[in-house]
Amino acid sequence: MSKSPKLVCKNVWKLYGDNPKEFLQSHNNNPDKKTIESAGYIQAIRNASLEVYENEILVIMGLSGSGKSTLVRCMSRLVDPTIGEIFFENIDMGKLTKKELIEIRRHKMGMVFQHFALFPHRTVIENIAFPLEVQGINKKEREKSALEIIELVGLQGRENYFPKELSGGQQQRVGIGRSLAVKPELWFLDEPFSALDPLIRKEMQNEFLKIQNSLKKTIIFITHDFDEAIKLADRIIIMNEGRIVQIGSPEDLIMKPADDYVKEFTEDLPRERLLSVKSIMDNKKETNNSVKVYEDEKIFSILEKVLSEGSVSVIDKSNNVVGSLSKETVSKFINN
Amino acid sequence: MQKKKISNKIIFISLTIVTFLLYWYGKEIANYFDSKWLVKYPKHYSFPFAIYTTSFVKWLINEANFWLFTFNDLTRFFAWIIEQPYNVVLAIFSKGILKGQGQDAIQIMEPLSWISVVGIFFTLALYTRDKFLIILVVLSIVYLAVFDQWQSSMITLSSIIIAVPIGVVLGILLGILSYKSKILEKIITPILDLMQTVPVFAYLVPILVMFGFGPVSALIATIIYAMPPMVRTTLLALNNIDPQLKESGLMSGCTERQLMWKVLIPVSKPTLLIGVNQVIMLSLNMVIIASMIGAGGLGYDVLASLRRLDIGGGIESGIAIVVIAIALDRLSQSFANLPTLSKKTQQTFYNKYKKIILLILYIIGIYILGTFFTFFKLFPKELMINTSLFWEELVKYININYFDNLESFKITLLTFFMLPIKKFFLGIPWPWFIFIITIIGWYFGKLKLASLCLLMSIFIVTTGLWEKAMITLYLCGSSVIIASIIGIPLGVWAGLNDRANKILTAFIDTLQTLPSFVYLIPVVMLFRVGDFTAMIAVILYALAPAVRYTAHGVRNINNQIVEAALISGCSQRQLLFKIKLPLALPEILLGINQTIMLALSMLVITALVGTRDLGQEVYIGLTKADIGRGLVAGLCVAFISIIADRIIKAGSNKLKNKYGIK
Repeated sequence: MSKSPKLVCKNVWKLYGDNPKEFLQSHNNNPDKKTIESAGYIQAIRNASLEVYENEILVIMGLSGSGKSTLVRCMSRLVDPTIGEIFFENIDMGKLTKKELIEIRRHKMGMVFQHFALFPHRTVIENIAFPLEVQGINKKEREKSALEIIELVGLQGRENYFPKELSGGQQQRVGIGRSLAVKPELWFLDEPFSALDPLIRKEMQNEFLKIQNSLKKTIIFITHDFDEAIKLADRIIIMNEGRIVQIGSPEDLIMKPADDYVKEFTEDLPRERLLSVKSIMDNKKETNNSVKVYEDEKIFSILEKVLSEGSVSVIDKSNNVVGSLSKETVSKFINN
Repeated sequence: MQKKKISNKIIFISLTIVTFLLYWYGKEIANYFDSKWLVKYPKHYSFPFAIYTTSFVKWLINEANFWLFTFNDLTRFFAWIIEQPYNVVLAIFSKGILKGQGQDAIQIMEPLSWISVVGIFFTLALYTRDKFLIILVVLSIVYLAVFDQWQSSMITLSSIIIAVPIGVVLGILLGILSYKSKILEKIITPILDLMQTVPVFAYLVPILVMFGFGPVSALIATIIYAMPPMVRTTLLALNNIDPQLKESGLMSGCTERQLMWKVLIPVSKPTLLIGVNQVIMLSLNMVIIASMIGAGGLGYDVLASLRRLDIGGGIESGIAIVVIAIALDRLSQSFANLPTLSKKTQQTFYNKYKKIILLILYIIGIYILGTFFTFFKLFPKELMINTSLFWEELVKYININYFDNLESFKITLLTFFMLPIKKFFLGIPWPWFIFIITIIGWYFGKLKLASLCLLMSIFIVTTGLWEKAMITLYLCGSSVIIASIIGIPLGVWAGLNDRANKILTAFIDTLQTLPSFVYLIPVVMLFRVGDFTAMIAVILYALAPAVRYTAHGVRNINNQIVEAALISGCSQRQLLFKIKLPLALPEILLGINQTIMLALSMLVITALVGTRDLGQEVYIGLTKADIGRGLVAGLCVAFISIIADRIIKAGSNKLKNKYGIK
């Protein structure tokens, strides 16, 4: 993962109400929640700053009403932030003209919606080819690209179905296909799997990871499901009441929750399945253990080894010893 | 809370008592204080709205000037634009292509023969793939030929063919514009309200003055009358689109125009088609009324027969209108409900347009055959059936055999039901009436509604039309009471029983497709002219919503609530009276509201059978081409219906909020 930011949000605020900009400015751009509410405004996003790196999956996680959908809409400028700046590839999104914005959406962005938002009057192939159609690409060419995408999302043979003839999972495949039609660099997914059955959801998550492995997009993924976040994310942003509470990798969130709110999410998780050896090992480099485990292995997969051996050495990918893990540490971790 | 409830009750009861006291003793009190103005609004205080309006319109027509062109030029220009396509359609369906002027004109091309028109409608019906509908449509068109209504029908059909597309396109455009601009929406919505509540007669006069007597004026009146629901439907459809769909269009890189025409409008197509259906039905509803300013066709036939008291002829033409209405209604409804076909395959040009190509070949073939055999051109006179004599005899038979029964029925209702109501409304002193209306407005909608009620009723008083307004209220009130007494039980029955629902829905759908004017014909036959006749016609016309809304309300109660009631041990009767009816009440109120609206619009038309209400005033305005008189009386009717509408809707919403149902 290279560390160049693809998208940067700086101190983004979004308030709803009459003339919110003036209100913010008159309160030094930092009113507290009470002031906002007593003035009759609704706070959707509160001072959000973040960076999205190239090719990462950044999951924004929060309960409904936490502002995650609004934040992602500010990033794509479906919603204009009240104040704050958003840079996409170093372009200030707030300063774009309508025309430039449309150009960016036509070539660099794609979005998948919670309720699919398919056009009911268009067939699968027409839906997927739609972003190309509005660019003015001729029918033959756009249908050719659309067919490639149909294959990618696994909808071969259903090109001429109408959305209502498809199951929920298939419909979202169309939604994913449509958002990929322009080969976007920045891919927004707004709770794409929330409306699906648990089994289908799992299948779609795996498929999504498979697609990402081959395409390597920069992804902003919204969910209210912490398990989904953990499963998919490179990094997670936790939001609560419009505020970003914590940004970090799944392990960070579990090991070092920023506050009780985050802790509550992480408490009941099967931590031994989520955390790797690295996060709990001792830094003492003991080389005299006969059994060695990799630092990236998940704890549950080495449990047996540690418990039977009493202590194991931890090595990195190039087989250098980087630490050790004892039976006591592990049982303490499990019982915690 | 408890205390407040009691005081409300006390206020309600005491107000009612005072009202009745004033009704009984109002005159004596007024005499005692020597202030007659309490009972009768003094004439010299009334404000001459009518005269001002008339002179304004006259100024508009004779002198108004927009630098480059006069107002008159503008109206002529509009008329010209509408006239051109109308002439083309009229040539195709009715007149053929003529060369030369007037008497010397030579027909160089025949209009479409009746067989071709049947073919056109058959092809249209084929697209719906509904066998029953195909038969219905074909029979309807054949009916027009067999019963000798062909010429007039084609004139009427031509005007519908022009009015509907113009109304639909203008309606959609206005809808889009007001969707895009909140300011425009705020301006347009009250205008639409007014356009739908001001009786049609009222704006026939200005149109007549501006555009002259003739089919074009009639078309313009029809378009104005039929367009508002299209604007509303468009606005509603666009506002109800899932915001995610809009966002997905934007994220696909749509420009604003692409978003509108590639996403929003196609997505709202099913709703828009319902609007189209409404435009068609309203246009047909105008057929007879528009013939007062020169529409010609079936409407003119009905009007002329009514004026000659030629009942047989009136019924014949009336039925022809009904036949066209039913055919067009069912046809447009099936188009609105047409399912999207699954699995489109790549079609060749011929396959895609097969039906249209065949139809064109068919028409050409019939045209050629027509030059050899007249049968293919004109339906043979010998085979036509004339029913007017039959109707004439039927009416005679009924009047001879049942005259006494009908008459005693009429007199009983008049003396024991209608007259007391009339006396009541005319007896209450106007200041008290306005006070009560305002109080009711306050109770349901606080300051906003109260001031609306106050201002509108003061307007009515100052026009000097108070007494006529009270007669309108009495006629409307008694019709609505009877319509509710009949309609609500029917609605309950339809709500409880599936079979009854099916039959009643079919019956009511048919009732609602009939143009309002048609109701007058049989009623006049049986009861001659007068208030009673007017009331019966109004009841028939206004019955439908009372039934429909009640049925809907009773039917759409949350099933879990019904189950909960059954588990608690309700009998069917208890279930109905303790659960279903109270919960359906808000919906029933809305139904009564619609009934009132329809009743008021019908009342104006019943002016033709000699009522003495605001409707008559509007009608006189029309016949004397007195713009101001007609418009002001029309506005009074509109204000009455707006007051009633707002109060009842507020009441219904209050109930819904109380129950927490939306």
